[in-house]
Amino acid sequence: MGVILFELALTFYFTATIVSIIELFKGSRITSKIILSSAGIGFAIHTACIIYRYVTAGHIPITNAHEATSFFSWCVVLIFFILQFRYRIILLSSFIMPIVFILMLSSSMLPREIKPLSPVLQSYWLGIHTVLAFLGNAAFAMAFGIGLMYLVQEHYVKSKHLGGLFERLPSLQTLDEINYRLITIGFPLLTLAIITGVLWAESAWGSYWNWDPREVWSLITWFIYAIVLHARLIAGWRGKKAALLSIIGFLTILIAFFGIKLLQKGLHVFL
Amino acid sequence: MKVFVAGLNHKTADVDTREKFTFNGPRLEEGLIRFKELPDVQEAVILSTCNRVELYANVRDTAKASESIRTFLSQFHNINRGSLDNALYIYDDINAVRHIFRVASSLDSMVVGEPQILGQLKDAFELALRKKTTGILLNRLMKKAISVAKRVRTETRIAENAVSISFAAVELARKIFTDLPKKVSMLLGAGEMAELAARHLIGSGVKEIIIANRTYDRGCELAKEFNGKPVKFDEFIHELVRTDIVICSTGASNYVLMKSQMQKAMKERKQKPVFIIDISVPRNIDPEINDLDNVYLYNIDDLQGVVDANMFERQKEAEKAEKIIEEEIETFLKWQLSLDSVPTIIALREKAEEIKKQEIDRLLNKIPEIGEKEKKAIEYMAAAIINKLIHPPTVALKEDSEDKDTIIATIRRLYGIDGEKNENK
Repeated sequence: MGVILFELALTFYFTATIVSIIELFKGSRITSKIILSSAGIGFAIHTACIIYRYVTAGHIPITNAHEATSFFSWCVVLIFFILQFRYRIILLSSFIMPIVFILMLSSSMLPREIKPLSPVLQSYWLGIHTVLAFLGNAAFAMAFGIGLMYLVQEHYVKSKHLGGLFERLPSLQTLDEINYRLITIGFPLLTLAIITGVLWAESAWGSYWNWDPREVWSLITWFIYAIVLHARLIAGWRGKKAALLSIIGFLTILIAFFGIKLLQKGLHVFL
Repeated sequence: MKVFVAGLNHKTADVDTREKFTFNGPRLEEGLIRFKELPDVQEAVILSTCNRVELYANVRDTAKASESIRTFLSQFHNINRGSLDNALYIYDDINAVRHIFRVASSLDSMVVGEPQILGQLKDAFELALRKKTTGILLNRLMKKAISVAKRVRTETRIAENAVSISFAAVELARKIFTDLPKKVSMLLGAGEMAELAARHLIGSGVKEIIIANRTYDRGCELAKEFNGKPVKFDEFIHELVRTDIVICSTGASNYVLMKSQMQKAMKERKQKPVFIIDISVPRNIDPEINDLDNVYLYNIDDLQGVVDANMFERQKEAEKAEKIIEEEIETFLKWQLSLDSVPTIIALREKAEEIKKQEIDRLLNKIPEIGEKEKKAIEYMAAAIINKLIHPPTVALKEDSEDKDTIIATIRRLYGIDGEKNENK
């Protein structure tokens, strides 16, 4: 049952991804309807899938790489729909749905069986820490997509060739504002995630900070976004620079997540 | 019954000639009524704009109508026939329908895709409706022309891109800023083009305008007109800190704004984006300013480039529009053909026969035990009833009368023949 739900959600995200790429080249009312409805159905099924797993496992299903990637994609889609509701930028799907699909695809290839929880994870911190971390990272993922859109639009305006997506992309100001907003949402979430992680580490391993690779990368990410916010407020690093930084920031997150997973070292091995 | 067009436009007549043929205000009503009263004209609409004067009619005979319309025009406007004949184009039937559809969809306009023409056509039609100069054919045609124009507008991107320099500037401003009403703009110098661009900006919501002109008095005059704030020319640099859009056209022969000055201003305004439009020739703003982050500098050639690209885009869209129009001409002509009396008589009979057959079948199904003889009698009676019922309309259709078009249309409507419903949605 869980498998069926997951594969169904994956299929709907796949449809949304394909159509969102078509949307890049030839957008119409029909393509946007297909994107929104298939992403919407996919999201509903995905939600059911996560709830189902929660019920079967008896704990928050963010305890291995498969679950984590899946939950992360879920957060990204959630934020996508919130932005869609607020700003109605259908083109955002072309920049975000492929990421969602790739994440879900890699999640589908990771081992899925539900194992008994290791004693370290049997803590109320599990839910708080992971949900905060993934929501924060999802906001950064979205800032990455918006940052890409900004760079594309800024390129059109700066180079004075107003072809391609110029018509359909929102204004630079709108993109910059969304980018800023996402980071101001993501940053406190990441901060709280790190704080809860530190507290949890203390209760589980007896020390607050262990220089585990994931801890180090989280800290690096935290600094990058702290710089993004600081530079914006103090030095006026907005627009292109902010867009570039939010792209770099998200790439760092991806390295942190998948790189460490591949190395399989450190205390965070379960994820 | 034929659709007929006689007209002149910006391609066939210069503005002098067009002015002479314009139907203005009360003259339009008068002209329309007299046009309708011409012996060969059964229905009439006059479209008169600054770029075209067109007379649409329902006529029986193109040659006769064309002659009497020429006479009417030259008499009404008091112009000799020679200059009229040079400028006038005449279309009938399919070509006339095509022409009207193209005019409505703005394919025949001086600036292809400009939106005003549809409104002007609607006004012309409304006046004709008020004055009761139209009937079945032109009513249908005008409504169709309006719906075709709407279809072209929604299905192609013909009216989407700005095709004038000042509109292109506003379009760009909209892609840099979201909330134009909250942005501050500055007029640097007061050339005619700059004024026009400023007007368009105000039209799209910009409220605050700073005006810096070499002659301060002229600046104050403009400020009054735009409800803006005049500043001394030398002080414009200080105002850059709070200005988001700069429109520059001074008569200076060198740069009035250098990169280093702009850099400083950007720092002070914390890198908030600035859109600078330099329409002066020679240029007044150091082109290298465009290399600064968050500064977007467009000169007159850049804007012209945008306009040209948009024009090209419109041409491509116009081809799509022509295809839509050909489709719509076909449905219109099909409808018009059905207005002939012979197909109407046939359709009426078919309809009656169909009803007869259905009812007899139903009856026979209900009382299957009925005998052959009775069946014959029932069929005979049904045939007699429908024949008697459709006899008078058939006779009316065969008669040759003045208001035959109306009779045909009425009969089709009353008897529910043809797909009127789909067409009138």
